[in-house]
Amino acid sequence: MYDITIIGAGVTGCSVARELSKYDLKVLVLERASDVCEGTSKANSGIVHAGYDAKPGTLKASLNVRGNILMEHLSEELDFPFKRNGSMVLSFDDEGKEGLQKLYDQGQQNKVKDLRIISGDEAREIEPSLSSEVVWALYAPMGGIVCPFNLTIALAENASVNGVEFRLGTAVSSIEKASEGYLIKTDKGDVETRAVVNAAGVYAAVFHNMVSANKINITPRKGEYCLFDKNVGTLTKHTLFQLPTKYGKGVLVTPTVHGNLLVGPNAVDIDDFEGVNTTSQGLSEVLERGALSVGNLPTRQIITSFAGLRAHEDGGDFIIGQPDDAPGFFDAAGIESPGLSCAPAIGEYISKMILKYIPAEEKKDFIRSRKGIPSMALADASEKEKLIKENSLYANVVCRCELVTEGEIMDAIHRPLGATTLDGIKRRTRAGMGRCQAGFCSPRTVEILARELGKDISEIGKNDPGSEFITGYIKG
Amino acid sequence: MNKDLVIIGGGPAGLAAAIEAKKAGIDDILILERDVRLGGILNQCIHNGFGLHTFKEELTGPEYASRFIVEAEKLGIPYKLETMVVDLSAEGEDKLVTYMNRSEGLVTIRAKAVVLSMGCRERSRGALNIPGYRPAGIYTAGTAQRYVNIEGRMPGKEVVILGSGDIGLIMARRMTFEGAKVKLVAELMPYSGGLKRNIAQCLNDFDIPLLLSHTVVDIKGKERVEAVVIAEVDEKSKPVPGTEQEIKCDTLLLSCGLIPENELSGMLGVDMNRVTGGPVVNESLETSVKGVFACGNVLHVHDLVDYVSEEAGQAGRKAAEYLKAEKNGAAADGGKAAEDPASPEKVIKINATDGVRYTVPSVIRPGRMEDKQVVRFRVGSVYKKARIEVLAGDKTLISLNKPALAPGEMEQVILQKSALEQAGDFDSLTFRIVT
Repeated sequence: MYDITIIGAGVTGCSVARELSKYDLKVLVLERASDVCEGTSKANSGIVHAGYDAKPGTLKASLNVRGNILMEHLSEELDFPFKRNGSMVLSFDDEGKEGLQKLYDQGQQNKVKDLRIISGDEAREIEPSLSSEVVWALYAPMGGIVCPFNLTIALAENASVNGVEFRLGTAVSSIEKASEGYLIKTDKGDVETRAVVNAAGVYAAVFHNMVSANKINITPRKGEYCLFDKNVGTLTKHTLFQLPTKYGKGVLVTPTVHGNLLVGPNAVDIDDFEGVNTTSQGLSEVLERGALSVGNLPTRQIITSFAGLRAHEDGGDFIIGQPDDAPGFFDAAGIESPGLSCAPAIGEYISKMILKYIPAEEKKDFIRSRKGIPSMALADASEKEKLIKENSLYANVVCRCELVTEGEIMDAIHRPLGATTLDGIKRRTRAGMGRCQAGFCSPRTVEILARELGKDISEIGKNDPGSEFITGYIKG
Repeated sequence: MNKDLVIIGGGPAGLAAAIEAKKAGIDDILILERDVRLGGILNQCIHNGFGLHTFKEELTGPEYASRFIVEAEKLGIPYKLETMVVDLSAEGEDKLVTYMNRSEGLVTIRAKAVVLSMGCRERSRGALNIPGYRPAGIYTAGTAQRYVNIEGRMPGKEVVILGSGDIGLIMARRMTFEGAKVKLVAELMPYSGGLKRNIAQCLNDFDIPLLLSHTVVDIKGKERVEAVVIAEVDEKSKPVPGTEQEIKCDTLLLSCGLIPENELSGMLGVDMNRVTGGPVVNESLETSVKGVFACGNVLHVHDLVDYVSEEAGQAGRKAAEYLKAEKNGAAADGGKAAEDPASPEKVIKINATDGVRYTVPSVIRPGRMEDKQVVRFRVGSVYKKARIEVLAGDKTLISLNKPALAPGEMEQVILQKSALEQAGDFDSLTFRIVT
């Protein structure tokens, strides 16, 4: 019998897991995919919002502002990249000032620090990449960027080190109320648990509706992105949002925390809960709108595009807590933007609720910090030498575009909740994330994975089962 | 560590450059190669057809490479394998080449001259921005070639190939030999990007259809490719609605162009040519940074390795010349005189126009050219019965009749030093196609 079973190893589930791992509790995480961070958490803007966007009084508002503050501290504790690069909301006409003022007022009510409305010229001084069409801007120095993969992986690793059990590749099929808590049926056996955390992303409504008569409805809202080469990653320093207009919601143009340029997303409600395909229409829409902010986008420098699904709940706010008719079932549902920014705060918030339901002592031996995988690309010459001296595999370059070595890949495989797939390596080390998009390194990475996991290369996949690369031997 | 000449990349270009530099009297050479063996991408090109021009016989890629490797070994040219150059910068006349490998860690060499011969990479699905899902089963043709020819494994069973570049055509045949079904090759342009002989030998001989003016507009399948949707494109390369066809397959190979790998050149700050994606070079294949030469596919993408070897040999000789001139101070070959503002060295610029997309080199200093200077270029579209013209100023210097010209094949014109001298006073050459 587990005390708490968390469904979903995305950023929300992992944040809750990490928070709960501070206490003397038996915690299990069930994840359908073969790795953590495989759903909504892997395909989003990677933005840590300042917190002016959400309506005052909503969970989105309070958790965003709190999450923004926690993120910086967490990034030091768990060693993942975060940068407070500041953001701007751009208006391309004079009337937009009113809209910016509304955001500013919301920000004040939400207690966002340092917000300012500035003229286009002032904005261009701070951010020279801005298009000459920008007339007004809301400037939010508290805005930041984070690596969503490293954030999620860091939380999961730390939770795992502190005793949380992760069952990956385990899909939940049903949840029933039991005499003591809940019975969760999965494709790999049943799980008995006193409490459940429903952090299942776009599927959260499905699980909620299994235990509660107060139905909720989540629609997958697709967002498409284009990612640009690092050689144009400095095009803009700030994250640039657009004030929604009658023509649409606007897309953002932002540097990523790793130094690429990211443009997107659009917003299209779809029926397919797995519909993470990009469309030519969506990609052109994103590029066209993104260009408004900076005048021109270097589209020849696009290295990849992707789509993610936001879990949009009809009510518009996060649904966090226990339904009246399902005590011990804790929803973390409808976690769409600014969900990533909120993740550290959601973990804290839900854990407090759970501790009221299942009181527990703080662990004395809680391991608070975690060291990430050292990066040869980011290391200076003396750090490089030191790493190679400790382990010569750090001199063996596997991914030439991002300068990722065999040492880093070995670390990614052998650390807690280590990578077992090509995508797992990619998200932990950036191997294959560069301009050749794994053309050169994928056979090498597959080989290393197979060697280290004691498998044949035909058993190594991109992500979930069915995504293997090799289909057979050549003749002879 | 100090070196006269460091050669970055031990593929066909680096090997030929090293051999010619050595033969020209430079002994203090070092080749840095990132792979486990010399020879570069030739090692996975096990088909034949290499060396027809150089050796007058048909060799496989590894055989062609081995001719150069054996010669380099015989000449005692030192090289390091599994060694990655991670930084390149200039300090005065010196170049600082920083590499790392397992036995030495991080090392910086102070080199007098450098040859850039890092090769190229393939354009990826991401760069093509093909919409759809992102399952396994999408490979660049070269990645698939590595799986088949180096690992002995098949990366798929039912294949669609986008792009008719040579590697894609070669892989169409190779995968067919190994039992895969290659359903079709779709090419965005109204003509193929590959060699004519490859269309004949790799597609026609196996009844693999080549659909010109077609592209992939959607990729289906969540874990593994299940199908791709192809469509016809109009003259602006935009898909024509209503022409979509879904083709069931588990593999999509991409052969949509090669991109010179100039990350190190960028660190050094050499001037780049936007058309080739490689450095701007003069007649000596010297970049805008003195003493840094470029050759092979890092300079511009070649169709035949024979031309790579020839070009790289010239880069090696010119690097040797540069080193000797440096050693002899200002004396040799007009060396420092060039920098005398009172008598600037004559420079002829080459204009690529009317169908000629670029030329390598793009600048010629007649005082330093060899007796025969090869100028290589590609054309922008398909021509039947056309003429390559070279004008000196406004006088026609060379006129070559060509039954056919195509973007997939590199063209070359040989300039005679004597002819340039006789052509009188002019400061630019114009290369153009006349129909």
